[in-house]
Amino acid sequence: MHEQFCYIVPHMPDKVAVYRKEHFNAAHRLHNPAWNEEINDKVFGKCNNPNYHGHNYNLTVKVVGEPDAETGYVIDLKVLSDIINDTVLVKFDHKNLNLDVPEFKHLNPTAENIAITIYKLLRPKIEERLYLQVRLYETDRNFVEYPV
Amino acid sequence: MVYLTRLEHFNAAHKLANPNWSREKNEEVFGVCANENWHGHNFDLYVTIKGEVDADTGFLMDVKKLKTLIKEHVINKVDHKNLNLDVEFLRGKMCSTENLAMGIWHQLQPHLPAHVSLHCIKLYETARIYVEYFGD
Repeated sequence: MHEQFCYIVPHMPDKVAVYRKEHFNAAHRLHNPAWNEEINDKVFGKCNNPNYHGHNYNLTVKVVGEPDAETGYVIDLKVLSDIINDTVLVKFDHKNLNLDVPEFKHLNPTAENIAITIYKLLRPKIEERLYLQVRLYETDRNFVEYPV
Repeated sequence: MVYLTRLEHFNAAHKLANPNWSREKNEEVFGVCANENWHGHNFDLYVTIKGEVDADTGFLMDVKKLKTLIKEHVINKVDHKNLNLDVEFLRGKMCSTENLAMGIWHQLQPHLPAHVSLHCIKLYETARIYVEYFGD
């Protein structure tokens, strides 16, 4: 007797992830004003330099959703590029994150906090049905993702 | 003759602004790079030396020793620094990538062993912008 196979085809939602890469250059320092210099130096080391240092930040924005039936797009990547530019890059590029970006007036501009801030800036600009995730490279070897 | 290159990295803040010019003129010439509060970069530094291979070691130069020289005379002076404020060898100079590459050459060149010549300082300010200085 032949074994009967039953092929169960699970429902696969037709979700696709699309990505847009951008970059910006900025100065920052890591410093906790509630601590004295000794503790700041101990915790943040050379990143605490009072005269700042800087990075070329590489930003990857991920958007997940089902492609629109009429356009075939999850999101028009030109539109996404414009949103990132208008919402994030004009605020961050060639700036001092500590001094020039109000979001970091009372928030240490670590890669973690920069990624969370970028997410919060972008989220209201992207349709709610779409999942959004931000990956931020501070250097080639140090990068963070939000949300996880 | 053989050429050997060592790649190092450093992160620094700077701004491009000529202190003899008005704020308006600096913004006109240097644009966003003139931001008074600085901006910054991850710099990639390629140091190329040249010379003859030593018959006993097969080396042009021990790259570990080259790394130590670059670290001591360049990286320690610029990494996580403000190029305009913290770097003695750039004092009084415009902190362009061109001047930084030339400054790095002059920091490093006197410390190389006699049998090795410095060939090129290649300095990337971003992935798309770099300068090369050959000492002439």
